[in-house]
Amino acid sequence: MSSGTADASPSDLPKASSASTAGIHPRWVRITHWVNVIAMFVMIASGWRIYDASPLFRFTFPPEITLGDGLQDALLWHFAAMWLLVVNGVTYVTFGILSGRFRRKLLPIRPADVISDLRAALTGKLSHDDLSVYNAVQRLLYVGVIAAGVVIVLSGISIWKPVQLQELAAVFGGYDAARFVHFFAMAIIVGFLLIHVVLAILVPRSLRAMILGR
Amino acid sequence: MPKARKIIPGVDPNLLIKDAAKLIPNPSRRLFLRGATSLGAITLLTGCDIVDEDTAVKALLAISRFNDRVQAMIFNPNKLAPTYPESAITRPFPFNGYYPEEDAPEIDGETYMLEVGGLVENKKPWTLEELYALPQEKQITRHVCVEGWSAIGSWTGTPLRDFLKRVGADLTAKYVWFQCAEGYSNTIDMPTALHPQTQMTFKFDNDILPRKYGFPMKIRIPTKLGFKNPKYVIGMHVTNQDLGGYWEDRGYNWFSGI
Repeated sequence: MSSGTADASPSDLPKASSASTAGIHPRWVRITHWVNVIAMFVMIASGWRIYDASPLFRFTFPPEITLGDGLQDALLWHFAAMWLLVVNGVTYVTFGILSGRFRRKLLPIRPADVISDLRAALTGKLSHDDLSVYNAVQRLLYVGVIAAGVVIVLSGISIWKPVQLQELAAVFGGYDAARFVHFFAMAIIVGFLLIHVVLAILVPRSLRAMILGR
Repeated sequence: MPKARKIIPGVDPNLLIKDAAKLIPNPSRRLFLRGATSLGAITLLTGCDIVDEDTAVKALLAISRFNDRVQAMIFNPNKLAPTYPESAITRPFPFNGYYPEEDAPEIDGETYMLEVGGLVENKKPWTLEELYALPQEKQITRHVCVEGWSAIGSWTGTPLRDFLKRVGADLTAKYVWFQCAEGYSNTIDMPTALHPQTQMTFKFDNDILPRKYGFPMKIRIPTKLGFKNPKYVIGMHVTNQDLGGYWEDRGYNWFSGI
């Protein structure tokens, strides 16, 4: 697009990103991303309300930040949004594998790169010049949250069907243990979301890219 | 007490009145989706106007009915719930109810009669003595509550499917409805009623079922959530009509299979 003749400063980033013809995020990534935002919001908020009915630890979630007036409402939300979450998640993972995007953008993850990129990030020296390339920390976090997503769905199905799908529940150590796995997978995902949202705010162009694709 | 026995044998009339009072709809239920106001984020994202509460409720209940059908498909009539050793039994096994334990129905075993109705050949009511004479089996299985907790118990009784055959029930009917002394009820699907572990339970932990666990009879269904395991059962109807149930009518999922 622009030749950017006069401006040679490092902040002249649109030039770098517009150089890639395909854009940063194809349409299927953006659609599944935002559908996932809705599905996760409903699943987490209703899940907290369900947790409160029989807490695993000595705390409960304040009702104001949960979804559903009472347990039955929360269960209705949870078992409705699960379809959205699973259909959307399967679509995302299928496209991710078949398009080669996962292999191209998320791999390889080298421990040495993770350490050096993490150090650079914490000292404010990590480059965001090319948003189409994920740094090693991003790769690790994205692969990690996808794995947590798989675990939360499978442990959730185990809690839902501990008799019909008892073999799956056994993978997580049985019904009661699957509840803990489900909870910790939620905690990991919420932890990821906090970092993810803070970083998106710090690098607003990344938010733009997830909406407009570039 | 003697007067009430003419209506429903063995039921304390005072308890019935108390429970009837509890059945009066709670006006706060109208605020069904008060929590949905926090859906502001979704509203912003989709650009929709405020989520209409009735529409949202209807949609959620429609999905819940869809989930009933999915669960009926997942249900395998030959899949047995895992069983456990005696040592795994949860002691004390928790009391569950929508009322405190002291309000649990007190049923007189001497006058108790199990009513059998609907699509059955033999509608003769059963005394407790006659029920106890049926062949019995024991199971140690996990009770999973809709709230999330679980507990392992030991239940002894006669398989419901054997009883249904004995009274000449139409096994092609869709549902079996259970009526309980305190006004509680459940409707279950016929495939679950015919599951080998679905049991008319007379004993808990080798002793006569105590009042808190449903004396004189509960229906133990290890393939369903706890609230689909009715206690203090006084009537059983084989039917093609879904007669609903206490919690099912209050928004909990109807099938509630596990």
